[in-house]
Amino acid sequence: MHLDHSHDGPSAVSADARRPDGSRRALRIGLGGPVGSGKTATVAALCRGLRDELSLAVVTNDIYTREDAEFLLREAVLPPERITAVETGACPHTAIRDDISANLEAVEDLEDEVGPLDLILVESGGDNLTATFSKGLVDAQIFVIDVAGGDDIPRKGGPGVTTADLLVVNKTDLAPYVGSDLARMAADAKTQRAELPVVFQSLRSEPGVTDVADWVRTRLAAWTA
Amino acid sequence: MTVAGGVRAVARIAARDDGRGGTSLPVLEGDGPLALRRTRGSGAQARVMLVGAMSGPLGGDHFTVEADVAPGARLRVGSAAATIALPGQSKSEARYDVRLSVADGGELHWLPEQLISARGSDLYVTTRVDVGAAGRLVLREEQVLGRVGEEPGRLSSRIRVSAAGRVVLDQELACGPGAPGGWDGPAGLGGHRAVGQLVVVRPEFAEAPVAARVLGENAAVVPLAGPAALVSAVAADALRLRRLLDEALESLD
Amino acid sequence: MSRAALLVLADGRFPAGGHAHSGGAEEAVKAGRITGAASLEDFCRGRLHTAGLVAASLAAAAALGVDAVALDEAADARTPSPALRLAARKLGRQLMRAARATWPSQELDDLARRFPKGAHQPVVLGVVARAAGLGAVEAAYCAAYEGVSGPASATVRLLSLDPFDATAVLARLAPELDRVVDRAVEAGRLVVEGGVDELPAASAPLLEIGAEVHAAWAVRLFAS
Repeated sequence: MHLDHSHDGPSAVSADARRPDGSRRALRIGLGGPVGSGKTATVAALCRGLRDELSLAVVTNDIYTREDAEFLLREAVLPPERITAVETGACPHTAIRDDISANLEAVEDLEDEVGPLDLILVESGGDNLTATFSKGLVDAQIFVIDVAGGDDIPRKGGPGVTTADLLVVNKTDLAPYVGSDLARMAADAKTQRAELPVVFQSLRSEPGVTDVADWVRTRLAAWTA
Repeated sequence: MTVAGGVRAVARIAARDDGRGGTSLPVLEGDGPLALRRTRGSGAQARVMLVGAMSGPLGGDHFTVEADVAPGARLRVGSAAATIALPGQSKSEARYDVRLSVADGGELHWLPEQLISARGSDLYVTTRVDVGAAGRLVLREEQVLGRVGEEPGRLSSRIRVSAAGRVVLDQELACGPGAPGGWDGPAGLGGHRAVGQLVVVRPEFAEAPVAARVLGENAAVVPLAGPAALVSAVAADALRLRRLLDEALESLD
Repeated sequence: MSRAALLVLADGRFPAGGHAHSGGAEEAVKAGRITGAASLEDFCRGRLHTAGLVAASLAAAAALGVDAVALDEAADARTPSPALRLAARKLGRQLMRAARATWPSQELDDLARRFPKGAHQPVVLGVVARAAGLGAVEAAYCAAYEGVSGPASATVRLLSLDPFDATAVLARLAPELDRVVDRAVEAGRLVVEGGVDELPAASAPLLEIGAEVHAAWAVRLFAS
């Protein structure tokens, strides 16, 4: 999704593709999904996998102030000035969809303070299956579910599963232990999503986050083309 | 002098650098209920005590205290006892106006005892302080709502402090019967009967503002938008309030 | 003047960041000062007559065209808590963004240029009201109402308070809100003539102290 329109004036208003100085802003990718599905772990793995080739930053949207940001800081996946926590008043889905103003401040401040940036990952706090990112905030979104949450989640659908630009089914290494049928999940996802891509991953074994990182690289190439 | 409806009293202090490393007081005048005494100073600092010759202000009274600290002068003003606002014959409100100015390079410590709002009283206090570019100020203001076990009167207090030409603090507190609703509720005083603040202006705060911090649940030290810091506190009584403010002031030194 | 524009601006869903702020309610709940509908009402009433009156007066003055820089300094002087000054500026910046998309105007662009990190929210609100074709009365109503509706909806989340009870609190405060708005608009008109010293400076000690207590917490649900 390329948004080449821009507002005149002192600063961007929403998802304008250009910054006030005329340069192209960073690609923004949102990561959403249910509590405990591995969003923060995926963000951490992406940072480790991409930080040597890209200039990147992360915005977290937590239920409690800064817990995901603190995790990323502890894991030292990026320097602290590249991680910002947005406070969401107990409603992360509001902050990424209905009222994106705080997140827009956060991504723009990151570009001003540590930019130029190629990529900003915007992580939502763990929420339910209906939470999706506003197109005014991100250019593409990844929805992360996991096999332990039940292998019927792809069948149930919901806006995240159905419309996300990439669906990640995480923790595939646990499938045998929780009785999840990966083939069934893949078939249900195909039914719900038609041609939209799905990645099955386990961050505990090779190739880890590689497929998702490749997908991000492809999006970035399209963004900067 | 007594005017229709109440007493009008004015006290004035002017402090000057005496050129010999001390501070002289070319003006030190007060009348009626506002008597002034010079007491033993310390180093370059002159000390003045406000001595209440009679209690007050009563309804209809209008007191004014003015202090003017010139460049290089250092003045400390205290009071001998708490001031008690009492109801008067007149039903009208009493006024107490404090006007302080501290010139560039001057220093004022304004540390009066508490103002106690007695039942049935109605007092409006205004405090205006202008501090010059490199001037220094420590100002304490403490209000106690009612004597022990007593309902308070109506008390409103507005304080405005400017430093280096900019207003850094402008606050009004209204309490007691007839004050706008919620003054004693969970946003206002929450049942506390003593409320106070310390305003500290120092030129060095422009470059190195104090770090905001809390002292327990009922007091905070904060940097203002300018070369100044504020300590705000509420407490159950005057003694506890004073302890909080003293502790906070010490932590600023 | 379009009355419908007032509904758009005053809508709690107007995307300007208010949902993440409790107006001091989160700290007051944790400290045990708000425990239910009655104490919420007392909290909101105290807030309305202090921070609410000041915010409404700032908004009215800004809507009347008073210089935003002078009003912003006056708001600083009336907001000793740096946590509250920061929150007010953040919300002002968010409102500026939302309003520039909603009611594009040269005045709003100028304001964004002068305050890239945000002016105090009520000051922005007044300028936004102008851009939306609204006047001082409407600006003051928005500011005063936000001052109580924010804590009320936050308390619904914090205490699982019955939302009907919380809304009834707001309804009971309505007559007082009308009076606060009258005072605020009068103050705004005085500011046009006499400068920002005419603005009310009503303060609530526990709102200011509580904001610093709240800012010091490691874990919280709301930004302020």
